[in-house]
Amino acid sequence: MPINLGFLVAALQLGTTHKPEAILFWVLAPLVVLAALAMVFVKKAVHSALFLAWIMISLAIFFIAQQALFLGIVQIVVYTGAVMMLFLFILMLVGVDSSDSLKETIKGQKTAAILISVGIGGLFTSLIARATVAKPAVGLDTANVAGNVQGIATLLFTDYVWAFEVVSALLITAALGAMVLAHSQKNHQITQKELSALRFRQGDKSKAAGLPAPGIYALHNAVDVPGLLPDGSIATQSISKTLEARGEILSSDKFELQSNEEVED
Amino acid sequence: MNASSLIGKDPGWIILLKGILVFAVCVVFTILSVWGERRIVARMQMRLGPNRVGPFGIIQGLADGVKLALKEDIIPEAADKIVFTLAPVISATTCFLSFAVIPLTGKVSFFHHQTIMQLTDLPVGVLYILAVASVGVYGIVLAGWSSGSTYPLLGGLRSSAQVISYEVAMGLSLVAVFILSGSMSTGDIVDSQNHGWFIIKLLPSFAIYAISMVGETNRAPFDLAEAEGELVGGFHTEYSSLKFALFFLAEYVNLIGVSALATTLFLGGYHALPGLGFTENWLGGWFTLIWFFAKLFTFFFVFVWLRGTLPRLRYDQFMQFGWKILIPVNLIWILVVSTIRTLQIENTSKIYYIALLVTLVLVTFIVVTFRDKLKQKKQKAFDEMEFEPVDFPLPQLTFQSEKDLNRVGGQLDE
Repeated sequence: MPINLGFLVAALQLGTTHKPEAILFWVLAPLVVLAALAMVFVKKAVHSALFLAWIMISLAIFFIAQQALFLGIVQIVVYTGAVMMLFLFILMLVGVDSSDSLKETIKGQKTAAILISVGIGGLFTSLIARATVAKPAVGLDTANVAGNVQGIATLLFTDYVWAFEVVSALLITAALGAMVLAHSQKNHQITQKELSALRFRQGDKSKAAGLPAPGIYALHNAVDVPGLLPDGSIATQSISKTLEARGEILSSDKFELQSNEEVED
Repeated sequence: MNASSLIGKDPGWIILLKGILVFAVCVVFTILSVWGERRIVARMQMRLGPNRVGPFGIIQGLADGVKLALKEDIIPEAADKIVFTLAPVISATTCFLSFAVIPLTGKVSFFHHQTIMQLTDLPVGVLYILAVASVGVYGIVLAGWSSGSTYPLLGGLRSSAQVISYEVAMGLSLVAVFILSGSMSTGDIVDSQNHGWFIIKLLPSFAIYAISMVGETNRAPFDLAEAEGELVGGFHTEYSSLKFALFFLAEYVNLIGVSALATTLFLGGYHALPGLGFTENWLGGWFTLIWFFAKLFTFFFVFVWLRGTLPRLRYDQFMQFGWKILIPVNLIWILVVSTIRTLQIENTSKIYYIALLVTLVLVTFIVVTFRDKLKQKKQKAFDEMEFEPVDFPLPQLTFQSEKDLNRVGGQLDE
């Protein structure tokens, strides 16, 4: 980020930017840089994702300010709206409070990552700088003569249609691949209706109508007390296995109705 | 002169005034719609609904708002405090943004200035609404995550998955509109419906949009993110006072936002019903505002009607409906629309249209046949599974006569 900023400063000093755009840039750019740094340094993954979302929205505003309206809006719809939302979805699934451990799992990963990032940043900076610095931007008005969207559409579906189709084929392949890998092949998933039929067709018929409910009614009907069968024995199926394993089950003895004689004793 | 050039001439103070008006209309509508919804649902359930505060109970919404604002604001111990506060703010700010590109009237004189009651007209206006809506969902998702509690988290998860899925369906349903109108700007789309509303020309698109807008706004029967039967209050379980009020506001403003978009895209926007075009000049053009709001209220009524009629869907059914029905149907429909559009532009002979129709019928026939075959195969496989002999614990029936026996179709015990 900071490297890109340097190039943009150069571009600003060359007077290629109008005044309101310059104000917008100087307000927004420091915020973006701060957010980018924060994204790397905050501990919680969700906070990181939020900063990234902020960066994406700010970039979209930059695009719009540069008269690339379509690109800016699509950036928000696709990246902020869909991609980041999927990220958040996964992060939330993984765990509410899981702060990632800072220990390196692959040796030398951090150094390699820093080196590669700096390399790519340098590459981009030099490329863009060679194309733009000290060379006034021309041709935007010609490109947008029929409207920004129409201009992009014309290019995408004429000159670059081959590249466009290849990229979309690649994306579809990737999506299908992910689906194939994530789904285990099941021949026939039994539906609720069939399960109900199965309960009656095979197995213990006493379970067919559902398991017995927990609790001794009128005295204690919470889930931590097993229910009693008509003969007074405990209905073991009336309690959750999880509670049993945790040892959070109360004995139903003390809630049993006692006969009058016992009470008088 | 088209909409965007007319709006482009607005001086700063008119733009400011329009902005304030959009905000005010949304807030007033929310207050009224809370009352309206309760009254309509009450009528559907043969009750009266709120009728005490003001005439017909009309300021019930305001009273509820004041009550909410005066309640204690609780932030749970386990909550992520900054995000917890940020979430309702995101929801309540983004919901207003979509109204900026909705044209509310035709050409009118606003303080002796010729303009259109529309804040701005972007060449990608409809996409802009989608973008704003997708940012608004962050409010719900973050509220769920930051509450530090299980039910809100589940609500937030559901909401994120739900909105991603239904935004795809919604976006695709707009494609047909773009193809026919040749533009993504709301003003141009309204203008292109002068010769027939898109609800007639693009009925499947409208149906899909109408369904997905209910999913997108988290309203019954698709209100799985706040399913009170399963998740207490869903994403807003831990919220109270003004923060909760902000979510409430956002829900209703979103509701009129999507209704306004539906009006603009499919019901001819501010234009009068076909045959009543002369009314558009009444009150110096301001009568178009009445047409717009009449259409908006119709959508609002349908929203309430749905809530009063349909039970909530099960989550897996809901997702399956979105991905396996809405999206494929939509894709096929887009294919058909673009084919017809190309044929129109190329001005080809009628034979192509007939060929298209025949192809469609054939494809439908093949798909339906294969689906039935597959269903039958599945059923057969299940029927052929081998089970132990049936032995139900039934009481033994005794039969008095041959007549009784024939009645129940049983057998006599020998």
